[in-house]
Amino acid sequence: MTSNPRVVPTIVLVGHGMVGQRFLEALAERGLTATHRVVVLCEEPRPAYDRVQLTAYFSGRTPEELSLTDPEFIKDHGIELYIGDPAETVDRAARTVTARSGLTVEYDTLVLATGSYPFVPPVPGKDSDGCFVYRTIEDLLAIEEYARSRATTGAVVGGGLLGLEAAGALKGLGLATHIVEFAPRLMPVQVDEGGGAALLRTIEDMGLTVHTGTGTQEILADADGAVTGMKLSDGSELATDMVVFSAGVRPRDQLARSCGLSVGERGGIAVDEQCRTVTDPHVFAIGECALAADGRVYGLVAPGYEQAETVAATIARDESAFTGADLSTKLKLLGVDVASFGDAHGTTADCLDVVYSDARAGTYKKLVIGRGGELLGGILVGDADAYGTLRAFTGSVPPVSPEQLVLPAGSGGAVQLGPSALPDEAVICSCHNVTKGTIRGAVTDHSCTSVPEVKKCTKAGTGCGSCVKVLGQLVTAELEANGVEVDKGLCGCFAQTREELYEIALALRINSYQDLLDRYGREGARGGDGCEICKPTVASIIASLAPTIGASGYVLDGEQAALQDSNDHFLANLQKNGSYSIVPRIPGGEITPEKLIVIGEVARDFGLYTKITGGQRIDLFGARVEQLPLIWARLVDAGFESGHAYGKALRTVKSCVGQTWCRYGVQDSVRMAIDLELRYRGLRSPHKLKSAVSGCARECAEAQSKDFGVIATANGWNLYVGGNGGATPRHADLLAQDLSDAELVRLIDRFLMFYIRTADRLERTSVWLERIPGGLDHIRDVVVKDSLGICEELESLMAAHVAGYRDEWAETINDPERLARFVSFVNAPDTPDPVVGFIPERDQIKPDLPLLTIGMRRPQQPADVLEGSAQR
Amino acid sequence: MTLAPETTDLKVQLRLDSEDSENEVWFTVCDLNLLVPGRGVAALLPDGRQVALFRDRSGSLYGIDNRDPFSGAAVLSRGLTGTHQGRPFVASPLLKQRFDLVSGECLDDASVRVATYEVRAG
Repeated sequence: MTSNPRVVPTIVLVGHGMVGQRFLEALAERGLTATHRVVVLCEEPRPAYDRVQLTAYFSGRTPEELSLTDPEFIKDHGIELYIGDPAETVDRAARTVTARSGLTVEYDTLVLATGSYPFVPPVPGKDSDGCFVYRTIEDLLAIEEYARSRATTGAVVGGGLLGLEAAGALKGLGLATHIVEFAPRLMPVQVDEGGGAALLRTIEDMGLTVHTGTGTQEILADADGAVTGMKLSDGSELATDMVVFSAGVRPRDQLARSCGLSVGERGGIAVDEQCRTVTDPHVFAIGECALAADGRVYGLVAPGYEQAETVAATIARDESAFTGADLSTKLKLLGVDVASFGDAHGTTADCLDVVYSDARAGTYKKLVIGRGGELLGGILVGDADAYGTLRAFTGSVPPVSPEQLVLPAGSGGAVQLGPSALPDEAVICSCHNVTKGTIRGAVTDHSCTSVPEVKKCTKAGTGCGSCVKVLGQLVTAELEANGVEVDKGLCGCFAQTREELYEIALALRINSYQDLLDRYGREGARGGDGCEICKPTVASIIASLAPTIGASGYVLDGEQAALQDSNDHFLANLQKNGSYSIVPRIPGGEITPEKLIVIGEVARDFGLYTKITGGQRIDLFGARVEQLPLIWARLVDAGFESGHAYGKALRTVKSCVGQTWCRYGVQDSVRMAIDLELRYRGLRSPHKLKSAVSGCARECAEAQSKDFGVIATANGWNLYVGGNGGATPRHADLLAQDLSDAELVRLIDRFLMFYIRTADRLERTSVWLERIPGGLDHIRDVVVKDSLGICEELESLMAAHVAGYRDEWAETINDPERLARFVSFVNAPDTPDPVVGFIPERDQIKPDLPLLTIGMRRPQQPADVLEGSAQR
Repeated sequence: MTLAPETTDLKVQLRLDSEDSENEVWFTVCDLNLLVPGRGVAALLPDGRQVALFRDRSGSLYGIDNRDPFSGAAVLSRGLTGTHQGRPFVASPLLKQRFDLVSGECLDDASVRVATYEVRAG
């Protein structure tokens, strides 16, 4: 089969990895996809994904989330993408490429982006069952499968960057993990001896076993050919069930070799400064398969991106050249920050080192300084916060002495050099080569007002993400410099944010809305009635702090009654026709047959519509307001409590059956879910809180889509936070691993109270986590490492909540005064609202909708506009 | 027993005749103390209409039609009240449109308004 005759010039891209995708984007940006036919041959069974973040798969990122390829992009630009169909031969004379499927495409320009392959040392037994490499998502899936079913111990050959990632993955899978590195230290390419020592200590503290200065001589296998161990160069044997080779990569240049293109002595397709192969002007090579004009093969993504841009520019006849690239890199390996930049090993003549080392804290920092005082490069291990700033200063003389830049904060001499000190030419995002000037321009010339907008506009921060913190500081500084004053006030009544109001209420023990409004409201709002935004917000703050600030724990007492949102006011959920729905709490989703029968009987007797919710509870719809107390009297009598489905509060803690019944379960997830639900029930928060507990890594309870989710491990519990389903789904981030029951509860106590304290109104944990400066790292610092020294207070606030909890519905039905509000009409308490009517559907009821007076006039009004119109 | 009139003895009354009519007709709804400042109640009129009654922090009383014109449900009495540029309003508990308690105008859609009633404590 041969493709269409050439009507427009054809570009064929062989390889759809990160660099290949960047190349396609560069073509599109230059309009070349409109003037050229673009064909992509991709070997892997999925389009380009973020290989740099590969290990994130083991902390919950799905292959789909790792994808870098927007199907719309491919479609919109008419790119012909063939997945799982690698190029097999190139006929340079005929200018055709033939893929495995037999597809033959004629090209005018051929771009090879075939990447690299993992190097497997030629040791006996290297092909045994249980030997893997660490390169693709498919490799990860195979490792995961084998580790789960057949291994308790794993060994990684190679202590470099990828080796440590692989080791982290094995440890995360619950294996006893060894790292075997031939060089005398870990990460020999990036760090020096001192950095290696700091790294070694930290990694050993995590329970990994490191063998440096040790070679692998043979892989031992049993009679069935499955790995049993390794023979090492020191004569010892290491028992292991699986081996992951991660001893470096080699350029994949086989296709180039077999079509006669010149390759380097140690591999790599030889190209010139335009990334054109030295052999054939119609063929280019980019990324890890290319031997650049400076004689190097670049294994990092940023130089690959630059090469992709160079080729696109060359095709567009723009002048561009790739003469070499920065090898700076910042990584988080096994939770340890490691960064190196510029001339990290001090190879420049006459350079000097400035070193700060604290082996106990696992911190090592080295700066390489040139004769003229200019910063040439450096290595940071254990604390790489300064990376973004330091890298940008590389090549220039920093405005303060280098010693001050490496000393830890708070040690007197230390100086926190902000990004405002950087020159405009400083490269902030090295993945996409975005300078500070470009970022400033995004704010001043393109009117971007937030980090997400700047990211979209400049691509900065969308690669490895290591510059996002600096990016945030720059955007804020630039906005402020432009005099953009954003009123961060909660509403027209308060100039403070929710967080500030929380602090005021807590510090001054203010437990009345009027008091707060009259003392701290905006000038014109004092003495007034507030509004529908601040009243429920303050009501929530008062409820969260009730035992501590001396407010009633019953949300409908006194002034609090007037502040609550409509649903809280009736302790039920208002539905579209004015009727209510009722959700009794079913902790952990566990319920006895007797209780199920009671729910059934109540629903039958009151004619309610019943539906199972997504949170493992039962929702009863169609109750009139005056029926609520009657229904709850029966439910409370049977032992049910309010499920707070009406409140910005803890909803459910979903669970799977766990170890008790399931053959895969490793912990009792139901018991933990019940414990957590009972602990946090009734906790008022900035928005609703959902949780789940899964009994094993199969994750049947979907804990990673919850505000706080718990997944059982062989050693305890992993805690995930900030997940969300709904319209903007977000996978939760791993906060801490292998926790005991007590550790888990303590961390959740702190996390929730910190969220309640600092989140904005109606801000779910997922949004909060993305918004607050420092993100997940900051939250981990605060709630795990107690960096603010507030953990004790957070815990005591939660303890006060737990001790003060009482069921709202039991409190209501036992008090005639409280019951008086549950009438449709104040002047006719026994008359039901005639507007609330029902008609049958599928053997149950549904609302008989009242005729809308204005419904006909605006049939097309989208719901979100309607809702948004009330926002100010 | 005190002889001075106490606020607790006062009744909430609603004017039912048109405003230019000669004979004022006031309909007594309930005791004033049943109205919590900042919250509303619903009242049923003899002809089947429903009125949402509110009392603000200063003691002023307001009455508007209870039916939310955006949803058709009789729920405006259950909304949250507030002050916007000095004018009292209630926000529908369903889709949150705000209605001026004095004029009945929808603050989020000038083409929509609800009926208003004169209310007094007497």
